Amino acid sequence: MNTPVQPDGTLSPTLGPEQPEQPEQPMVRFAGVTKRYGELTVLDGLDLDVQEGEKVAIIGPSGSGKSTLLRALMTLEEIDEGVIEVDGEPLTHMPDASGRLVRANTRHLRRVRGNVGMVFQSFNLFPHMSVRQNVMEAPVQVLGLAKSEARERAEELLAMVGLEDKLEHFPAQLSGGQQQRVAIARALAMRPKVMLFDEVTSALDPELCGEVLNVIRRLGEAHNLTMLMVTHQMGFAREFADRVCFFHQGRIHEQGTPDELFNQPREDRTREFLSAVNEAS
Amino acid sequence: MNFFDWPFALEILPRLLDASLATLGIALAGFAIAVVLGLFLAIGRRSRQRWLSWPITGLIEFIRSTPLLIQVYFLFYVLPNYGLQLSALQAGIIGIALHYACYTAEVYRAGLDAVPRAQWEAVTALNMRPWTAYRDVILPQALRPVLPALGNYLISILKDTPVLSAITVVEIMQRAKNIGSESFRYLEPITLVGLFFLILSLGLAWCVRRLENRMEPAR
Ligand SMILES: Nc1ncnc2c1ncn2[C@@H]1O[C@H](COP(=O)(O)OP(=O)(O)OP(=O)(O)O)[C@@H](O)[C@H]1O
Ligand SMILES: [Mg+2]
Repeated sequence: MNTPVQPDGTLSPTLGPEQPEQPEQPMVRFAGVTKRYGELTVLDGLDLDVQEGEKVAIIGPSGSGKSTLLRALMTLEEIDEGVIEVDGEPLTHMPDASGRLVRANTRHLRRVRGNVGMVFQSFNLFPHMSVRQNVMEAPVQVLGLAKSEARERAEELLAMVGLEDKLEHFPAQLSGGQQQRVAIARALAMRPKVMLFDEVTSALDPELCGEVLNVIRRLGEAHNLTMLMVTHQMGFAREFADRVCFFHQGRIHEQGTPDELFNQPREDRTREFLSAVNEAS
Repeated sequence: MNFFDWPFALEILPRLLDASLATLGIALAGFAIAVVLGLFLAIGRRSRQRWLSWPITGLIEFIRSTPLLIQVYFLFYVLPNYGLQLSALQAGIIGIALHYACYTAEVYRAGLDAVPRAQWEAVTALNMRPWTAYRDVILPQALRPVLPALGNYLISILKDTPVLSAITVVEIMQRAKNIGSESFRYLEPITLVGLFFLILSLGLAWCVRRLENRMEPAR
């Protein structure tokens, strides 16, 4: 970084007033992304830009491709067409010698994927490791942190999610809500720029959802973290998200601010979906 | 009628004991190689790289469908024609190790298959390298349930070591046959061999069980 340090120790941006404002680069970009399973098109030429720090809630009927979207961004699924970019760099592809985009190799995937973290519906903690080990494992093995440093980071994050007294417990000894909070701490320990949450409260008893949502809420306030969240909890989406995307048949059928989407939806499908959800709850 | 000749049995006991140590050594060495090699075969077989997984699959299927006896014959009597001269003991241990590596590979495979896919997704989301993921996350979960099955193969190997008498390895069966042909008495040496195998099998089974108990999660 060539950001000059001022004598008083503060940083001054290199962009002076005379320089043109840089066009804002999205933190995440889906450009024409298509994903098929055989005959079934799950993502259908999807375009989506998410700005740095933006919180996007993704809602929509079952099977509309919401999880697939997050999983493609986490590189858990390969896409058939289009490109996904993270922080201005192609993730699913990389430039070859002549600058043409070709499918990313493992090395490229590993490098760019490091910007992204994910929390799963079913927690997916490592059952044979203590809570602390779960959070320390990847920072030590992947980022090469010293054990002491990783331990400090783990304890800090586990305190943030309210589990400072469960460090030596094993996942099986925790409630679902506690396990999910460990999973959030584990993902955060890798210092991702983008966090993905796929129905992280769906496997929880209703009374345990609150503690997990509170952690996510606090994350949203405290960090300049970009978040994509698939959720069925419209109340939380409304309060938390900067933007809500309604998914239907592998496309974003309608999107807008929570107020626009929930209070004045333009599309019939959106209205149908919202009224169905309202009836169910 | 031919009655059990106790003084004769006592007389041949030291020679048989001596050979039983060879039997035990061969079994342990063969098992040690088989459990390590089998793990690599199992992981290689799961690889997405076909140049790796296909030959391994072929090798495993081939070795499991042909008798150990023929494999050790091949190693000991055929390979020298191609310039690879192994001692009987080497050929025997390698034969057993290779044969049982293909069986333990299938045991590992079952264990690896039983680890939920979600664990792989978690390690991918944490950007872990495959090798680290196997070592720290996947194998610890895959191994625990298959330890008893692995331990049972140690006992199978022990009971298969007499096959090596066919390529002149002096293990306990070979020794007993030699004693028999020298003395024209087979009752005592063969009975003692059976007894040795019984004791060794029970002893190994006990060791395996202790090891399993120690590996039980402390939860
Ligand atoms: N591995 C797979 N093989 C075949 N089809 C799949 C696979 N994974 C997902 N699908 C299909 O893709 C479609 C989209 O799945 P996805 O999980 O993205 O939906 P979703 O919007 O997350 O739904 P839900 O709200 O139920 O979680 C579904 O019809 C699903 O059956
Ligand atoms: Mg889903």
